[in-house]
Amino acid sequence: MTDVFAIRGLKKSFGRVNVLLGFDLDMRPGEVVVLMGANGAGKSTLVKIMCGSFRADAGQMTLNGKPYAPPNAAAALSHGVVTVHQSIDDGVIPDLDVATNLMLSRLTEPGARLMLRDKVLRKEAQAVAASMGLNVDVRQRVSDLGVADRQMIAIARAMAYSPKVLILDEPTSSLSAVEADRLFALIDRLRAQGVAILYISHRMSDIRRIADRIICMRDGAISGVFDKAPLDYDGAVSAMLGRKITQVDFEPQSGMAPVLELQNMTLRANSRPFDLAFADGEIVAITGLLGSGKSEFADIVFGLGKPRSGQMLLSGKPYQPRSPVQAIAAGVFMSSKDRASNAVIPAFDIDNNMTLPFFVKFSRLSLLSKKLQKRATENIIKQLGIVCRSGKDAIGTLSGGNQQKVMIGRWLLADCKVLLLDEPFQGVDIGARRDIGRHIRKTAIKRATLIFVSELDEALEIADRIIVLHEGSVVGEHLNAKVDMNSLVAQVSGTPREISMANL
Amino acid sequence: MMKHEKLLTFAIRFGFLLLLAGLAIYFSIAASGFASPKSAVFILQSVAITGILALGVTCTLVVGGFDLSIGSVATSALMLSAYSMVILEQSAFTAVCLCLAMGALVGLVNGLLIVKFRVPDLLATLGMMFLLIGLQRIPTQGNSIATGMSLPNGNVAEGTFSSAFLWLGRHRFDMFIEDLLPVPVVVFIVACVLIWVFLELTRHGRIMYAVGSNERAAALVGANVNRYKIAAYMISGVMASIGGILLAARLGRGDIASGNNLLLDSVAAALIGFAVLGAARPNAFGTAMGALFVGILLQGLTMMNAPYYTQDFVKGVVLVGALVFTFYLSAKRGTGHKT
Repeated sequence: MTDVFAIRGLKKSFGRVNVLLGFDLDMRPGEVVVLMGANGAGKSTLVKIMCGSFRADAGQMTLNGKPYAPPNAAAALSHGVVTVHQSIDDGVIPDLDVATNLMLSRLTEPGARLMLRDKVLRKEAQAVAASMGLNVDVRQRVSDLGVADRQMIAIARAMAYSPKVLILDEPTSSLSAVEADRLFALIDRLRAQGVAILYISHRMSDIRRIADRIICMRDGAISGVFDKAPLDYDGAVSAMLGRKITQVDFEPQSGMAPVLELQNMTLRANSRPFDLAFADGEIVAITGLLGSGKSEFADIVFGLGKPRSGQMLLSGKPYQPRSPVQAIAAGVFMSSKDRASNAVIPAFDIDNNMTLPFFVKFSRLSLLSKKLQKRATENIIKQLGIVCRSGKDAIGTLSGGNQQKVMIGRWLLADCKVLLLDEPFQGVDIGARRDIGRHIRKTAIKRATLIFVSELDEALEIADRIIVLHEGSVVGEHLNAKVDMNSLVAQVSGTPREISMANL
Repeated sequence: MMKHEKLLTFAIRFGFLLLLAGLAIYFSIAASGFASPKSAVFILQSVAITGILALGVTCTLVVGGFDLSIGSVATSALMLSAYSMVILEQSAFTAVCLCLAMGALVGLVNGLLIVKFRVPDLLATLGMMFLLIGLQRIPTQGNSIATGMSLPNGNVAEGTFSSAFLWLGRHRFDMFIEDLLPVPVVVFIVACVLIWVFLELTRHGRIMYAVGSNERAAALVGANVNRYKIAAYMISGVMASIGGILLAARLGRGDIASGNNLLLDSVAAALIGFAVLGAARPNAFGTAMGALFVGILLQGLTMMNAPYYTQDFVKGVVLVGALVFTFYLSAKRGTGHKT
């Protein structure tokens, strides 16, 4: 019996929706099992059963040969089954300092001291942080940290439970390449210590780096197992989607007249000024690591921030939006990143979520017309292939990828001059990503489209032109015809030699 | 399993209204005289003013805020109308306009405190509540205002509550029976319809719900979040001042001690409204039903000789029950809300 953890015939349904239809899983010590699955395949439900948030309807789990059915999250933790959830804010307490966050599990242990000793707490926290390669002041409040640091703290906290089985649910979705490397190094260490790791992701680069075995999941059941080296990654993607993914094939367009021009723009105090122009009909990907200035760039164009210096022209006229209201009025739309906090209205159904920015268009004398809303949304639902019963479905009932389609569809309801898409493929599986990409390319004429992505794959798959940012400066520009991958990657990671050679 | 699910959905949607109907039927049988137009109007009259305030606070709940100052705005309007007519000898029209302007101004200040100065809504409106309770006592040195009262300088107040003003609180329209429907009830019903149309059918109402559900997302689609929030507090202030005017017109004097229960009763009505039709969120229809529910229950119990001092306890039980209904059952159902 080498399996530390096993699942047999796990079933779960919500009302009439069957989410898991008999799932099996074996996990061995010192092995990284990658679980791949499209949005809505049932990954999250599986994780929630393993960590005690949900109870299975049928089937059993065993841990070290003994039956395992945690009634709640605390029980799962005490058994050494530790989960780092996808949503970072579930993993940290923003109003407390880093030290308390890292040591929280100690404070809840039975038999913990009544009085806190801050000095000791900080010292221990410092040790944990150091072992993770985490370089932060442990006295800082977590809410003051960036997303990536928060994610690392959530993971570091999980380590405090000395896990036997570690579940990582898309842990790199908000990490930069450097930070992801730190995480992989940690995973390597844990693997060497004999921890069984379940790693959930659709990022191929992650999977290539760490997978010992790949399990593909589709519609609540296993659709493929890959455990023979070398792992068949393409086969895994096909098994996950149930169809073959063809390479995206398109003619890069060079665009017509410039729509949006940036002149002498400086993003940060110490960054170099740059000039850029974005043309009609063109799709430009702006890429770079986390913190490279992509978000500042997008915010400035959408009126959420101000540049250090420089000016913008929209259709040749000066453009200085001071708020999203003004940007939208001028014909500049933006689909924000982090849809849960920035885009989704949880109380609304699909129709109202999608039409929200353009209620004026869908109302007569201020009275909203359901008929007008429905006509518009039905079209987008069909075009983007949003999986739902109707536009009346609550937004919360959709999977992540479908929610994202609604959020992007929102901005396709009206014509615009410039469309900004900030991380449009965040938490979206490759199938939904292609659906969105295809539609963006199809509708790209008569506007300039700017896509802000940190994944190069995503940029290469959709853009006519790729612009690389590093620490607030433009360090590279490539036409997406014959891209020199080496220099592109070097520019993204900011290798000094390449920057000096880069064509500015 | 499936049947159980359907039953739960049905219970969440219609349970509260069925309970309301059941209660009405029970009292009709158990308490003689309960099922009469007179008694129905009495109930409506007893909830009209609370209901109007509750509709206002509903708007602030919709944008994710809360208005604790409504009770004190209502009593301020009561005192202001009495002061302007009895002491300043102004007309009924002027008094009403002054009160409405005062309500709007208080709402504007509340909104600005919350939006511009970033004071959390509960604290801002709590501060405003204190401020108004104090302010309304200063001009009369803490005394109630009545016709013919003696003024601090030794004179006697010359002004009176004009008959036009008292009409607002005391006139009854004929409907089936002569002198049946009091003006406050009509105002309450009109306010219900207006607020319901505004919140449910207009784009402004819908955007206010969006602000309440995810403020940041609403801002990023170009909604002027601050303006909608301020508008919600202004609606709340104006509704509260209307309530105060009607109360003054009914009492016929500026009674410093009246309106103590207004805040809690109206907030309760709005919160009970969450449970109506399984909305699980603030809504105008629910608020009206919530106010009515409390009214029917109290009237029925009173007619069955329940002592007056049990009233607050009964209201509390209903409120807690409704909240459990809303948050526990709806959460169990697990799906999103209807829109």
